[in-house]
Amino acid sequence: MSAATSDVILKINNVSKLFGPVAALKNMHLEVRAGRVHTLLGENGAGKSTLMKILAGVYHATTGEVEFCGAPYKPENPQQAAARGLTIVFQELSLCNNMTVAENILATREPSVYGFINDQALERRAAEIVRDLGLPIDVSEKVGHLSMAQRQLVEIAKGLSIPDPRLVILDEPTSSLTDAETEILFSIIGRLKAKGVAVIYISHRMEEIMRLSDDITVVRDGEYIATRQRENVTIDELIAMMVGRKMDEIYPPRLGAAPADSEAPILSVEGLSRDGEFEGVSFEVRKGEILGFFGLIGSGRSEVMNALFGMKAASGSIRIDGEPATIASPVDAIGRRIAFVTENRKEEGLVLAHSVEWNISMAALGRFAAALGFMRNRAERRAAREEVSRLTIKTASVDTPVGSLSGGNQQKAVLAKWLLTQPRILILDEPTRGVDVGAKFEIYKIIRQLAAEGTAILLVSSELPEVLGMSDRLVVMHEGRLSATLSGGATPEAVMAHATGITS
Amino acid sequence: MSDEKHVTAAQKPYAKLLRQYGGILVSLVVLCIIFSVMNPRFMTVANFMNVLQQIAVIAIAAFGMTWVILLGEIDLSIGSIIAVAGMAAAQAFLAGFGFMPTLVLTLLAGAAMGLANGVLTAKLGLPSFIVTVATMGIFRGLVSLPTNGAPAMIENPTWIAIGAESFVGLPIIIWIVVVLFVFNHVLLSKTTFGRRAYLTGGNREAAVYSGIKVDRVKITIFMISGIMAAISGILLSSRLYSAQTNAGTSYELDAIAAAVLGGTSLAGGVGTMIGTLIGALIIGIMNNGMNMLSVPYFYQLIVKGLVILLAVWLDVRSKRAKR
Repeated sequence: MSAATSDVILKINNVSKLFGPVAALKNMHLEVRAGRVHTLLGENGAGKSTLMKILAGVYHATTGEVEFCGAPYKPENPQQAAARGLTIVFQELSLCNNMTVAENILATREPSVYGFINDQALERRAAEIVRDLGLPIDVSEKVGHLSMAQRQLVEIAKGLSIPDPRLVILDEPTSSLTDAETEILFSIIGRLKAKGVAVIYISHRMEEIMRLSDDITVVRDGEYIATRQRENVTIDELIAMMVGRKMDEIYPPRLGAAPADSEAPILSVEGLSRDGEFEGVSFEVRKGEILGFFGLIGSGRSEVMNALFGMKAASGSIRIDGEPATIASPVDAIGRRIAFVTENRKEEGLVLAHSVEWNISMAALGRFAAALGFMRNRAERRAAREEVSRLTIKTASVDTPVGSLSGGNQQKAVLAKWLLTQPRILILDEPTRGVDVGAKFEIYKIIRQLAAEGTAILLVSSELPEVLGMSDRLVVMHEGRLSATLSGGATPEAVMAHATGITS
Repeated sequence: MSDEKHVTAAQKPYAKLLRQYGGILVSLVVLCIIFSVMNPRFMTVANFMNVLQQIAVIAIAAFGMTWVILLGEIDLSIGSIIAVAGMAAAQAFLAGFGFMPTLVLTLLAGAAMGLANGVLTAKLGLPSFIVTVATMGIFRGLVSLPTNGAPAMIENPTWIAIGAESFVGLPIIIWIVVVLFVFNHVLLSKTTFGRRAYLTGGNREAAVYSGIKVDRVKITIFMISGIMAAISGILLSSRLYSAQTNAGTSYELDAIAAAVLGGTSLAGGVGTMIGTLIGALIIGIMNNGMNMLSVPYFYQLIVKGLVILLAVWLDVRSKRAKR
C-alpha cells in the first residue's frame, strides 16, 4: 500500500488487436496491482476475452506493449505465460471428462520418471492443491462424474496449480457455481490477495463485483473507458459507463406504425420450460412487430429459440394464430412458416463448401421440385439470383462457394435462405455478430422492410444498443427466466439492470 | 447477347469437366500411354471392352460407395454383401425359383442389409465405420451358412447370360454399368434427393436446421449402397457360374479407392458419379495393364497403392491451391 506505483504488477499500454479489418481492441490501457482484485466490466463483445487471451499467449497483440513484473511481456503460448506466473481460468471448461481430477489438475505437469507417470505422487500433489484451496472434491474421481459447479472448481484448481502464481485471471468463474461454491471461490480469492497475488476478475454479476473488487475497469467496443476504485463508484454509474454510447443513425427508423396492442398475436408462447435451461417463458408477438430479446450469454435466449424451432423439446404451450401448435422438429417449424437465423452461421446456417445458390435454396428445396423429384434448376438459379440482388449479397456469382464470402455477406446468404421460405415468423439470433458496420446497417434495413411487409420478428441479441434501436418491445432474460418485458422506450440502464438481475 | 450465352453454354460442360477432373483425367491418359508403349495389344477396342467388363463389379459397388462417402460415412460391408447376394441367388435357384423372382429376392437382400447398416448408423447414432466393420463380419459369416463354406453352382441360363452375352454389340454387363451410371448420376445431380444428400454430407447440422430429414436420407443411402453391392454380386456370380463364399473380399477398398480417386471427399458434401467412374477406370486399367505385362500380383498391389496415394495427393494439392 505504501508506494502505489511500485506494486503495479501488470501494465498494459496502448494494446490493439485487429482481426482482419475488425478491431477487437483499440488502444487498451490497464494497470493491475499486486494483492488487489481488478474487475473488468463490459458487455459481451466489448473486448474483455480478447484482452485476456493476449495475456495468456493465445492471441498476439497487433500493436502496443505489456509489462509484467517490471519486464516486457509477450508470451507465445499459455505455457510461457504460466512460466512467468500468469495463469488464466477460462469460462469454457477445458477438462478431460474421462480422466481423474488429479490427472486434470496436473495435466502436462505430471510428476514422472523417464516419462513414466508416478501415479501416487500425482494423486498426492493434486490432493495437496485441492486441500489448500479448501475444495470438497475427491481427486481420484473422474471429472465426468462431477457436477458442472464442481468441474468449474477443478478448472480453478488447475489454473492455480502453477508453481508461483503472480497474476490470476478468472473469466466468469461463477457462471455455473451455486452460492456455496461461490463462497469457496471467494475465500480462495481472499487468500490469493493476502499472498500478494493480483487477480483479474471478469463477471457480469454486479453484486458479486461490488463485493469482491478493489478496482473496476470498464471497457466498451474494445476501448478503455475508465478505471474506478470500488469505494468511489455505484452500480448505476458502472452500468451507464458500460452501455453509454449514443445510438447514432445506425438504426433505421421503422417504416410505418407499430401494430396496436389490441391486435391478435401471430405467435404466443406460454410457460415454455426446459430443465436446467429456461423456465416459465411467456411472450407474444404480432404481425409486423419486432420483439427484441436481450440477455447476457447463458441467460437462455438461444435455448428458447431452439425450442421454438423444434430443435429442443420443451414443455409449455405454443400458439400460432391462436391455434395450439406442436413443433417437434425443424420440419414442423418450417411447415408453420417459422424461420430461424441461428447464432452460428458457419455451424448451423451454411454449407461452406457449397455454392451461394445451393445454400440459398436449401431450406426451400420443395419449391424447386418437379415431377419424380427432379430439381427445377432454372427456377432455383433465378430465385437465388433474385435474393442475391435483393439483399445485395456481394459475390462473384451464385456459383461461388459461400465460405469464400465475407462475414456480412455470409450472414445475408443465411437471411436469403430463410426469406425464400417466405416466413411469417422470423427468428434472428445475433444477426449481426461478426458482421462489419456497413453490412450491419443493410441487415437492419432488411429487418425493417420485412417487418413492414408483415413478418413477425424475434430479434435476439447480446448487443444492447441493437435491441434497443430495433425493437418495438423488449423481453429481458436473466438466468433462464424472463425478468422483464419492456416497451420500446426503455433506457439502457433499466434493461441492463434486469439482465444482470439487480432489480430491486 | 443471346448468341454469346449459347456459345458459353455449349463450351461450358467440357471446360467444367476438364477443370473438375483435369488431374485424374491426366493420370488416366498417362497410364494408358505407359501401357500402350509397353504392350501394343493394350490400346485395342477389344482390350478396352475387356477392361470395362473387368471394372463392372467394382464400378457399380463404387457408385453406391460414392453416395455413402458423400454423406461423410463409410460402408465397409459391401464386399460381404456382394457374396451374400451371389449365395442368395444360388440358394433361390436351388429352391426352384425362376429368374425374375430370384433377381428381386437378391436385390431385396441387398436392400435389407443396407437398411440394417443405415438404421444402426442413423437411429442408434453409432459411427458407420464401426457398424459396417461389424456387419462386414456378420454378412461374411451368413454367406457360408447354407453350404457350410462350400461354393454353390448357378445353372440358370438367363443368369449366366448376364455375364456372357451381348446386346446390340455391347456385352450386357457394360450396358448394366452404363444404365446404373446414368441412374446414379441423374439421381445425385438432378433431383432434390441428391441435393439433400450433398447438403447432409456438407453440413449435417445446417441440413437439420433447414428441415432436411437427415436420418431418412442416411438410411436411404445405405440402402442404395446395399442394392448396388447386390447388383455387383449378381454380375460376379453370373461370370463365375457360382456363388463363392469368399467372393468380393476387400472389394470395399477398391470401391473406396475409386470414389476417392474420383474426387469424393471423405469429409462429405463433395463428389460426383463421373469422378467415380473415372476412378474405377484408373483402377481397372492398372489391373489390366499390369496383368498384360505379367507383373507379379504382389508388385501390382504395391504399385496400385502408390498410384492411389499419388493421385489423391495431387488432387488435394490442387484443391488447396485454389483456396
